[in-house]
Amino acid sequence: MSEEVKKENTNAKDLTAEIKDLVVEFRTDYGVVQALNSMELEIERGKTLGLVGETGAGKTTTGLSLLRLIPDPPGVIVKGSIKLDGKDILSMSDKEMQDIRGKAVAMIFQDPMTSLDPVMTVENQIAEVIKLHEEGGMEHALTRAREMLELVGIPGSRGSEYPHQFSGGMKQRVVIAMALACNPELLIADEPTTALDVTIQAQVLEMMKGLREKYNTSMLMITHDLGIVAEICDKVSVIYAGHVIEHGTLVDIFKNTRHPYTEGLFNSLPNLENRTAELKPIKGLMPDPSNLPKGCAFCPRCDYAMEICKTEKPKRVYRNDTHYVECHLYNEDNIQEGKVSIR
Amino acid sequence: MSNTAAVHENEQISIKKKSQIVDVWKRLCRNKTAVLGLIIVAILVLIAIFAPIVLDYENQVIKTDYGNALKAPCAAHPFGTDEMGRDILVRVLYATSTSLSIGVVTVIVSLTVGLILGSAAGYFGGKVDMIIMRIMDIFLAIPGILLAICIVASLGNSIINLVIAQAVSAVPTFARVVRGAVMTVRDAEYVEAARAIGAKDSTIIFHDVLPNSLAPIIVQTTLQVASVILSIAGLSFIGLGIPAPRPEWGAMLSASRAYIRDYSYMCLFPGAAIMITILSLNLLGDGLRDALDPRLR
Repeated sequence: MSEEVKKENTNAKDLTAEIKDLVVEFRTDYGVVQALNSMELEIERGKTLGLVGETGAGKTTTGLSLLRLIPDPPGVIVKGSIKLDGKDILSMSDKEMQDIRGKAVAMIFQDPMTSLDPVMTVENQIAEVIKLHEEGGMEHALTRAREMLELVGIPGSRGSEYPHQFSGGMKQRVVIAMALACNPELLIADEPTTALDVTIQAQVLEMMKGLREKYNTSMLMITHDLGIVAEICDKVSVIYAGHVIEHGTLVDIFKNTRHPYTEGLFNSLPNLENRTAELKPIKGLMPDPSNLPKGCAFCPRCDYAMEICKTEKPKRVYRNDTHYVECHLYNEDNIQEGKVSIR
Repeated sequence: MSNTAAVHENEQISIKKKSQIVDVWKRLCRNKTAVLGLIIVAILVLIAIFAPIVLDYENQVIKTDYGNALKAPCAAHPFGTDEMGRDILVRVLYATSTSLSIGVVTVIVSLTVGLILGSAAGYFGGKVDMIIMRIMDIFLAIPGILLAICIVASLGNSIINLVIAQAVSAVPTFARVVRGAVMTVRDAEYVEAARAIGAKDSTIIFHDVLPNSLAPIIVQTTLQVASVILSIAGLSFIGLGIPAPRPEWGAMLSASRAYIRDYSYMCLFPGAAIMITILSLNLLGDGLRDALDPRLR
């Protein structure tokens, strides 16, 4: 029944990107690593989806899969579908993919210190994107590149400088300018502020928010910082071991937390109101991705683990149209109550 | 109003563009040993260009004059004369053009081939890498000088054959250096970023990967010019280099060997010429590497 409901929803939504049942494996000499485990993801036009999870949960792999840039070998897309604007990118030729990268989907990388080419001036780097995807030759591309720099708050005349002549925050602005140069429909931001200090983080986030509204760009915000999620996202997917375990709007996730893992993420944040309270980190580590538990992947670390968790994968339970959770604690009857906060 | 602003901006940009070259130049000038190397290389290049024009090959360079044989350095012959009465200064100068041009041409040929093979192997990896590098390994397993001797001995003693022989043995070295440099850059995040903006492999190789791997390639190039000059001298020394009577440093050294006890100046000057050329090329190469690297700015 829930399948049908979901189908209708999908048809009604205007989706920029959609990932369904995606399985990605990294096949190495030491075994097969399950990076993504029937991953699902939907990004509506003009909206921002936050992808939250620990290191190694498969956040970046998800981002790269949208560009079909998963390093191959060792990465293999085993099954599933990735659609951009309704078109399946897994069946596209390399040439078609090259046209999509940078034009329809652009990516902001984590570390601005290393994602800019050190021997090329920044305006040339931005112009390269424009030259690849727009008509008008180098002159036009350079003019546009300087416009983009102005847009992110860097004087256009500094375009002929090299990346090392900029500060970290400015480099990230350059990266953002490059990503936005061709007005992409989807912007993948892979922890765009992790390498920056907090004051610059706020500036960069504010700028990204402004630009997103200006161009009506959809965005995938990959982060492990729940503060950034609250700041910038419309919807949130919490992923664990390459699988979405809870998904909903900001309110759903922040006010009606259901999954024990999501709760754990919130508990590991410092509490400003009660400064004597101890942090409650989630015990244990991510499971070995080459040897995932048979049942719920989170079960070895879960305070609420039951017998059934060890053997069976939990089913998806919907709290409302937008909010779902995958956990054995819940069924259609008790999902509204929010059992997890009762210790 | 907006027009003047645009013009102004353009001016500013053209000034900046120019200042980049000036920048590299300035940094090169700050390095004293590199400047020394550059000056000597420049002088050698000038000699190499003008020696064939100014000097009369038939009457000055190869004409024998046994009456004047084996003269010690004096006012008329600053470097003395050799066993056939030829002026050593004239011959050393003339040989500069032979050695330098063969060195440069050989390196250009082997660099081009090595660059293509090495960047393909390093960038694509896997089977491409395997096939290219194993072939290069086969060439590397044969001593360069032996390979050159074989090629010259079978094809004959001419300048073109000499270039081929040297180029063939230099290609694997270049391919290896380029491959190594490319492999360190290939996995850099900016290369991934370039892929993420939809750049083709060829664009990535020529715009991002090669410019970033330039430093070791430049150093290898200057070193290789030096080593080619040295091997040609070596081949000439054993009589497989430049055919006589065309002057060549190695051949002159070889000829002077018999007279080393009594007329040591005969081997001093061509030997010094070889040494100075190679030293200056190496100094320049190191200086260039430092100057071209924007991270050291």
